[in-house]
Amino acid sequence: MPITALIVDDSSVMRKIVERSLRQAGLELSKVFEAGNGAEALSVLLGDKVDLILCDINMPVMDGLEFVKQLAGVENAKGTPVVMITTEGSEAHVVQALSAGARGYIRKPFTPEQVKEQVIPVLGGKS
Amino acid sequence: MSSSKELLAAGGTQEGWAPLLELALREVFELMLGSQLTLPTNAAEEMPKEVTAMVGLAGKLCGLVGVHCSGKCAALMTSKMLGVPLDKVGADMSDALGEISNMVAGNFKNKISGLGDGCMLSPPTVITGTDYSMYSLADSPALEIRVMFENMLIVISLQIHS
Repeated sequence: MPITALIVDDSSVMRKIVERSLRQAGLELSKVFEAGNGAEALSVLLGDKVDLILCDINMPVMDGLEFVKQLAGVENAKGTPVVMITTEGSEAHVVQALSAGARGYIRKPFTPEQVKEQVIPVLGGKS
Repeated sequence: MSSSKELLAAGGTQEGWAPLLELALREVFELMLGSQLTLPTNAAEEMPKEVTAMVGLAGKLCGLVGVHCSGKCAALMTSKMLGVPLDKVGADMSDALGEISNMVAGNFKNKISGLGDGCMLSPPTVITGTDYSMYSLADSPALEIRVMFENMLIVISLQIHS
């Protein structure tokens, strides 16, 4: 089943790579939204609902952890799984992200297989 | 909180980090570009500096990680990373090199025992062109890793400020 995704990263190159990795992981994407930081991502979610959010941590304006915390108050994001994709690989960062509400965590550099392992379970059969 | 000096004392010498830096670099190229790096055959080849991507380290470990290569090499790295033909690589090159330096630095710091979350990365900076000189507050000589990517030299440097 095709899904919609929101990819949040301040690097446009990384957004393209994440989208390609999702497709390589076997996901059919009907629409992909992009945002360069957490604040832009919140704006996207004011008008659109997505099935999956992939989010970097270190970004300007609003970082990924703050974005995930603020999602709780966004009607369009209720129940939408968030998977963090970041260079921050310490256990403390993983715990912070999962405590904030993220459902998965992928460390850069990554393979499409690692993306698949984290993303498929959180989609709950939507894929 | 430990300083760079204490980390060096606990982990041996700065040279002891060279294998970790090289491993971090190789993993980025294998996983993100699908490329195996090889060893250089000409040890005297001058460090390329047409493109230099840098990421700062701050906290328990202070310093600078740099990726230095030729423009042709940077374009090919971008092409492989994005999976696009070489002639389609344009404005993405600086962004791609910044991300590569960011991943090398992040992967490297994640491999240092005892560092935990006590080291932060700066946003990447990318310099293109050769007519520049760089001054660093680092108080020890830069550690350099030399590797070949598709027969082109890439130098990774690590400067530590203890």
